[in-house]
Amino acid sequence: MELSGGEILIQFLKDEGVEYVFGYPGGAVLHIYDAIYGQEDVKHILVRHEQAATHAADGYARATGKPGVVLVTSGPGATNAVTGIATAHMDSIPMVIITGQVHASSIGSDAFQEVDSIGITRPCVKHNFLVKDINKLAETLKKAFYIATTGRPGPVVVDIPKDITDPKVKVPYEYPKSVSLRSYNPVVKGHPMQVKRAVDLITTAKRPMIYSGGGVVLSGAHKELTEFTRMLGFPITNTLMGLGAYPGQDKQFLGMLGMHGTYEANMAMHECDVLIAVGARFDDRVTGKIEQFCPTAKIIHIDIDPSSIAKTVKVDIPIVGDVKNVLQDLLTLLKETKERPDATALHKWWEQIERWRGADCLAYDRRSTLIKPQYVIEKLYEATHGEAYVTSDVGQHQMWAAQFYKFETPNHWINSGGLGTMGFGLPAAMGVKLGFPDATVACVTGEASIQMCIQELSTCMQYRLPIKIVNLNNRYLGMVRQWQEFFYEGRYSMSYMDALPDFVKLAEAYGHVGIRCESPSDVEPALKEALAQKDRLVFLDFITDQTENVYPMIEAGKGHHEMHLSPERELA
Amino acid sequence: MRHIISLLLENESGALSRVAGLFSARGYNIEALTVAPTEDESLSRMTIVTNGSSEILEQIIKQLNKLVDVVKLMELTEGAHIERELALIKLDASGKNREEFKRLADIFRAGIVDVTTSSYVVELTGTVEKIDAFLDAIDKKFIIEVARSGVTGMARGERALRL
Ligand SMILES: Cc1cc2nc3c(=O)[nH]c(=O)nc-3n(C[C@H](O)[C@H](O)[C@H](O)COP(=O)(O)OP(=O)(O)OC[C@H]3O[C@@H](n4cnc5c(N)ncnc54)[C@H](O)[C@@H]3O)c2cc1C
Ligand SMILES: Cc1ncc(C[n+]2csc(CCOP(=O)(O)OP(=O)(O)O)c2C)c(N)n1
Ligand SMILES: [Mg+2]
Repeated sequence: MELSGGEILIQFLKDEGVEYVFGYPGGAVLHIYDAIYGQEDVKHILVRHEQAATHAADGYARATGKPGVVLVTSGPGATNAVTGIATAHMDSIPMVIITGQVHASSIGSDAFQEVDSIGITRPCVKHNFLVKDINKLAETLKKAFYIATTGRPGPVVVDIPKDITDPKVKVPYEYPKSVSLRSYNPVVKGHPMQVKRAVDLITTAKRPMIYSGGGVVLSGAHKELTEFTRMLGFPITNTLMGLGAYPGQDKQFLGMLGMHGTYEANMAMHECDVLIAVGARFDDRVTGKIEQFCPTAKIIHIDIDPSSIAKTVKVDIPIVGDVKNVLQDLLTLLKETKERPDATALHKWWEQIERWRGADCLAYDRRSTLIKPQYVIEKLYEATHGEAYVTSDVGQHQMWAAQFYKFETPNHWINSGGLGTMGFGLPAAMGVKLGFPDATVACVTGEASIQMCIQELSTCMQYRLPIKIVNLNNRYLGMVRQWQEFFYEGRYSMSYMDALPDFVKLAEAYGHVGIRCESPSDVEPALKEALAQKDRLVFLDFITDQTENVYPMIEAGKGHHEMHLSPERELA
Repeated sequence: MRHIISLLLENESGALSRVAGLFSARGYNIEALTVAPTEDESLSRMTIVTNGSSEILEQIIKQLNKLVDVVKLMELTEGAHIERELALIKLDASGKNREEFKRLADIFRAGIVDVTTSSYVVELTGTVEKIDAFLDAIDKKFIIEVARSGVTGMARGERALRL
């Protein structure tokens, strides 16, 4: 089969099983768009800004586990995509981003819409390729998908100069079924010796703790994690990225840990004697002050990326491998051995944990006449039976969603943790909705974040994506305001946003439904109404208590035992 | 601690900047970096001299291994090894120091590879310390320019960096 470069790209995407491409056309990719024209196999979603294309592909990837695919033009198309690429990179999300480039012969001449896309994206991709030879196009694309989806996943950019896609130049095409890269071979199987050592340590634990993260979601190892945790009867906490990998309502689950984690999770971290870290990267929002991190614990760390191990925290038993494999190996060994941790000690440990749990650290004022943001999330949880896909933006609303929506299954909580990118929520929800057209998809956002990609309301209209937007409108850059209240003596520098749009009218202007909600008693009916409108995007604008803060909170650089609960309930 | 890392990397256009970018982005030191093609034209060999604690070295090695273009890597300073640097040193040899510089070059087993009535170019190969010692032995005002290659090296004996 003889095809042009543009046709090869589209044929390849078909052969690779790609369902959707999120993109935006421009000069350097016109040949490719011509190849897209009139075919139905690879569906192209036309966003309104390239940042949204990357977030949408990212949301699709996080929910489905399949790589997200993006197509943008050279220059401004590529630079607009960078925020989304960096977002995916920080959270290890598999994505392939095709960027158009000027003609190979013009590269380096400051040609029209030329930027060094390879150079600009290098620090925020897993890898990138500049295609220089049409005969290598298919092979390069295959490598890109392979690298993006294996090992520790991540975004891969393929930069394609315009002449490579010239419709007049046709070459033979065959789908490359396999790839081999001599310099890239991720280790997926844990070292048996290390696995054995881990079991030996686990079975001697008196105050054990499991700390699991995004790696479990990425690996699809939630079943193994749940079996492992239940078999041992150990307490477990999840990072922000790991929520849903262990059932959120289970007795053994202590909630999220870290800066805005629960009291019981953080205290159990501080006091444990054996910590089992599973696909988590000891981020500073999680560890707090390194010197005070798990001061009495021996640490086992399972991670597919050797560079995640001992990066910030020294560990005693590192295990490099895919968590799914390693957990299976651990389970096999645990089933063989008769050894079990001391039941009396474990029982005492649980008693201590229950006392911490008794602090009810997520309590908030339920009698307020103002809408409490926590209440909205609780009601959203109830109204969706805990089964919705929930995307979020960045700020206080993100933390409340993480704390109050008890995710039972993985891949349902879709948020930007590592980069913390405002503007992520809405486009990510579009990607999720395309991946799961029949599922309820809610986007929990704030009045500031939503405005960073508000233009996507138009895309939602074009493709009929009935997302439910839950805007926790506190008229503040709430998270910024909270820090200014705590650490800058209430000097609210630039955290109040005047002149907000009327979100109801705005939603209507885009052809959607808008509902404003100003009193607690309206919250539930509004949510029900929104969910009942199955085929419409509904923008719910909840006017919430302006000064509500996220608790508990550990100040940056403090230890896990130095938490603040809400002011009325400050710990001794 | 000073460490020398040698690596084989794909002879691709972007490979060098990936390594350099990694060091600057993560705040690792580079004291010297040399790179050249090898007998296998698909590979380049790079030698990096860096400084840092053993924890930092561990991260550097892991991060380098993570780069898709890095095929193989060895920390030379982990075992017996040879390290060499080449320096070209142009000296003001117009005055009464002419003889003195000649003698000094002999002592260091250096060659004088360019001679004019007013200057010498001395070629010196050795460890970094040896070249430093040579330069220290000469009054700065007679040094016109210095070009140092940066360190390259190889493990002694059986240990070898090859595919
Ligand atoms: C406003 C704000 C507040 C935040 N507050 C908190 C907070 O209170 N608590 C909190 O936890 N986070 C918080 N975060 C998020 C935080 O910044 C980090 O993104 C998060 O803690 C990282 O989660 P993780 O450790 O699970 O790692 P991820 O970023 O999910 O990384 C996954 C790890 O698993 C590994 N991995 C990937 N695939 C596999 C596999 N197949 N097998 C084995 N290992 C694998 C990777 O190598 C990596 O080390 C906050 C973020 C924001 C924006
Ligand atoms: C693109 C971007 N710019 C700035 C920030 C810093 N930041 C973090 S949270 C936040 C405020 C978000 O406000 P809003 O969306 O209204 O959410 P709230 O905290 O009020 O719930 C800001 C500005 C960011 N995370 N992302
Ligand atoms: Mg706000």
